[in-house]
Amino acid sequence: MKLCLFAVSSIWKRDMLRLSRQKSRILFSLFSPIFLLAFLSLGFSKVDVLYEMNIDYLSYLAPGMMGMTLLSSANTTSLFLLWDRELGFLKEIMVTPISRQSIILGRSAVGITNSLIQSMILLLAGLVMGMKISGHLELLLSLPFIILIASTSIGMGLSLASFVKDTFSFNLALSFILYPLLFFSGAFYPVDRFPVYIVPLAHLNPLTYGIDGLRYSLLGISSFHPALDLGVMVISCIAMLSLGAYLFEICEVE
Amino acid sequence: MSLPSISLQGLSKSFKGVQAVDNVTLEIAKGELFGLLGPNGAGKSTIIKMLSTMIRPSRGTAQILGHDITKEKDAVRSYIGVVFQDATLDGKLSGRENLDFHAQLYGLDRYSRRKRIDEVLDLVDLSDKANIMVEKYSGGMQRRLAIARGLINHPQVLFLDEPTLGLDAQTRYHIWNYIKEMTAREEMTIVLTTHYMEEADRLSNRVAIMDKGKIVALDTPKKLRNYVNSEMIVMQVKNGGEHLQDVFGNFSWVLSSEAFDGQLLLHVDDAPLRIPQLIIEATKNNAMITSVDFEKPTLEDVFLKFTGRSMRQCEAFGDPMNKWRMQKGRS
Repeated sequence: MKLCLFAVSSIWKRDMLRLSRQKSRILFSLFSPIFLLAFLSLGFSKVDVLYEMNIDYLSYLAPGMMGMTLLSSANTTSLFLLWDRELGFLKEIMVTPISRQSIILGRSAVGITNSLIQSMILLLAGLVMGMKISGHLELLLSLPFIILIASTSIGMGLSLASFVKDTFSFNLALSFILYPLLFFSGAFYPVDRFPVYIVPLAHLNPLTYGIDGLRYSLLGISSFHPALDLGVMVISCIAMLSLGAYLFEICEVE
Repeated sequence: MSLPSISLQGLSKSFKGVQAVDNVTLEIAKGELFGLLGPNGAGKSTIIKMLSTMIRPSRGTAQILGHDITKEKDAVRSYIGVVFQDATLDGKLSGRENLDFHAQLYGLDRYSRRKRIDEVLDLVDLSDKANIMVEKYSGGMQRRLAIARGLINHPQVLFLDEPTLGLDAQTRYHIWNYIKEMTAREEMTIVLTTHYMEEADRLSNRVAIMDKGKIVALDTPKKLRNYVNSEMIVMQVKNGGEHLQDVFGNFSWVLSSEAFDGQLLLHVDDAPLRIPQLIIEATKNNAMITSVDFEKPTLEDVFLKFTGRSMRQCEAFGDPMNKWRMQKGRS
């Protein structure tokens, strides 16, 4: 088990070293959520989508954009894995006595760190633009939600990476999953504005609860009970990470 | 004799019906440098992948230092080092960082890591380049770093998969020296795959010649060459070698002959003994021989003898693995 922790931390350190040499990557990947946040809120604050909610659109949208950023952080983690596989670096790791789970854990730790950094920068950008946050202790609750959303999407990305093995197709396949997840999640407007036949889809989408939980902790408003949000996210996080680890295990050994 | 370092029993692997490795049984002794020689797709790399626990055998099994490759993967992994044929380094990290990452995976503490990294860097002469990003390394330097990394955990068995593939002649020669140096300094068993005859010949204690997933011959390079009881004589004939070809064809010890561009190639049983006779016979027939040379048999000739094809032919006309890869790529 000591070896396992060693392995997780060394994988984490390696990727952090790589990330620190590509700082521009983090900033560039934040470009689209910041842009969306700024311009969607400029326009939609004039439209009354949030009737009866007593909150401005920018503040409402910011947690949604954080959710979107966290979803794409899955992308980064899985892309690292795919690159390692393409470069053959993964083979080198696979012939060492470390367990497959520690490879997955190490990679997820990298993804979570990356997500935390990105969502904090985004939150800061939101505050600069005039987002109003409420509460004090509740703010801390946003951290577990960030980590849970990130882990769920990492598990999802890893599972996908077991089927789609080249980076180009992976990006295409990922957008097939990301867009429905994002739009059926209430990231842009409340779930109950959907036509009735879409509402069940939103209720099945773990991201709905993740973003709802983020809104609760940052803004103090939510559609579901925060405990429900947390419960759903914990379950989906464990389920997706296990699926990712399982698929990784069976796909690497022919 | 002590326990063999590596032991294979009926090891087989098929990919979608294509038999890549077919029922290979062999034993490799401790401290041996064992060469697996054959054209691309002969199954050499597949054997390495199975022995290094990368892929599961379809049938049969193998043990490394007594540990089964399918049942005791972790034990096997802790004893082995693998240098893959394609450079598998992280270009965004420096040479030292690459080695340090790998050493961490084996759970070495900071002090032992530092000591071992200095040792292996010194062995492959990269101490002064250790802090440069690997993406700036030349092909030869990358291969050397890969070899250094394969040694990081003091492996008792090291697999070198085509260690000089794609390198120029001079760099290849250097790598051979590193491998020799390494065998002298560290006590371990080395399994080397190659499709360069010279490499197998120069480095290995024993060579297994592989073709289509099977071992067709297995012995020391010297004894393997002795299997081919013919040597080649190359003659330059000023006034055409064609008519001499017919004359020489009457000798029972001329096994085969070929003539083109005033050059005559003869396969004979013992070249130094037969050259004087050939020259006397040529003079009788008014042929003007301007030079004579002869070549000892190479492992290439051994391959030809056992498979009926030259290695170059195998490479040109493709092999089952390549076909399989192409099909896989298309589907």
